[in-house]
Amino acid sequence: MTHTGLPRLESAGIDGWMVRLFETIEENNLLWLAALTHDCEAAFGDSLIDLVPSYTTLLVTFDPLRISSWEARKMLSEVLAKLVPDEVGGEGELHEIATWYDPGVGPDLTRVAELSDMSVDDVIKTHSFQEYRVFALGFSPGFAFMGLLDESLTCPRLSTPRPRVPAGSVAIAGQQTAAYPVVTPGGWNLIGRTAARLFDRNRDGFSLLKVGDRVRFVSVDRHTFENEGGDTTPAEPAQEERRT
Amino acid sequence: MNPGTTYGFRVNRAGPLALLQDAGRFGVRHLGVTQGGPADLHAWAWANRLAGNKWGCPALEITFGGLEIQAEKDLTIAVAGADLSAKHDTRPLPLWRRIRVGKGERIVFGTPAKGLRAYLAVAGGFSAEPVLGSVACVTREHLGGFDGLGRRLAEGDRLTVAQSDGVHTEAIETPEHQRPDYSEPAVLDLLPGAQIADFSGRSLYEAFNSEWRVDDRADRMGVRLIGPPLHCRIDSMVSEGISLGAVQVPPDGQPIALLNDRQTIGGYPRLGNLTPLAAARLAQSLPGQRVRFRPTGAERALREHRAFVNQVTG
Repeated sequence: MTHTGLPRLESAGIDGWMVRLFETIEENNLLWLAALTHDCEAAFGDSLIDLVPSYTTLLVTFDPLRISSWEARKMLSEVLAKLVPDEVGGEGELHEIATWYDPGVGPDLTRVAELSDMSVDDVIKTHSFQEYRVFALGFSPGFAFMGLLDESLTCPRLSTPRPRVPAGSVAIAGQQTAAYPVVTPGGWNLIGRTAARLFDRNRDGFSLLKVGDRVRFVSVDRHTFENEGGDTTPAEPAQEERRT
Repeated sequence: MNPGTTYGFRVNRAGPLALLQDAGRFGVRHLGVTQGGPADLHAWAWANRLAGNKWGCPALEITFGGLEIQAEKDLTIAVAGADLSAKHDTRPLPLWRRIRVGKGERIVFGTPAKGLRAYLAVAGGFSAEPVLGSVACVTREHLGGFDGLGRRLAEGDRLTVAQSDGVHTEAIETPEHQRPDYSEPAVLDLLPGAQIADFSGRSLYEAFNSEWRVDDRADRMGVRLIGPPLHCRIDSMVSEGISLGAVQVPPDGQPIALLNDRQTIGGYPRLGNLTPLAAARLAQSLPGQRVRFRPTGAERALREHRAFVNQVTG
């Protein structure tokens, strides 16, 4: 952590502190965030309410009936003074997400290929080639923001979000990729679909993916997708396409 | 139905939005799961207190009114918060106090006279199966509520009530000074923080010296406020966690105060955080009503919060 003024504690109300560790998004951040998460759990114990890691920060919320914000600040300063990156826990679990890349369930696939000036096959190869890291969860339960996407696939969000993105949709926007756990509105470009259950209230830990995890998308055919319980119902085309 | 529970009410008419709420869903924010819980913590806690329940007992949050429920047995209840022109059969229903409801009698909510959300607690508490540790009903996430799937109340629902294990308080009504007049412009205590130093001096002056009008775009996720545009030198941020009451300012300069069902992370600069009681008070403001921000300090805000919790649990 060489940036000046960092790490920094910023007030987040009577029951929270925002711990700012970094200014920019780097994979290495995850090793420090993993360490900070463990150390906060140990330091705060029963007074801890929630920890929300995201890209460069950790939001720490605590029970204001048990500790004051100035007591929490002191504890956090002590934790930060002794913080060392967690090389082991920060590695994260590896998940392979079987994905059927197809213009029916991924109606933006063709447009992404055009925008990137490559074939659909090359889009699929590029997207499924690398390993991604989960930098944050948010938007909806179990929705994992993963990066960083190869720059050749960088494309903007839809100017008009879809009112209904089917569950399991694999999507890209900017330098990020994600899979939608449940049906929600959404503005990302849909390029395929997975049958993986990303959020399951009956699973221990509920969410398949956690901050710090590593993810590889594996291209599968329709048959495999269907065998895994995938829904082949096509997704709505984006308004971008309807206009042209 | 769980052992020790019985049917307490039948829903004759659901109205636009009636939700079951306990204190909220905690320990799961890192999974992208929001908080839920009562938008007005103050009135919800008083309703439970008056019904003789412990902190955190599930109670109904009735927004706008329109709900009609009928008792399936003799019950002790309390309604606190907004005046939604509620009736106990044909008589006006007294707010902020414990009342008895006989089997077959109806509680009928009308339209908002003062405030937006009323809380109905029943002695023993409403009963439902917790999902991710809470029964807090979040429709957007399909979590909690009586069915576990985040569904709002619907006509024909039968609401289960836990057996009361004895009344935990002698309080039968809320002291006068603890009952807010929601028709007055709200003064909202804000703890400065986050990116406040990156707003222009003029914007900081305007933030704390202007009247802000509550916009139509107001729900359990957040309340948008209309007033002079505020300027921040940061236009885009890396997304980060958002706590209850955070006041964020998107590029149009119009602040949004984030409430219980907010998204867990976001990327707009923030002025700081409303105190929990200020967020609760804002949740009672109707579109068109005026509010002001008042800067407060951490010590004072904590003292007030602890005094409130002591009063409703002590």
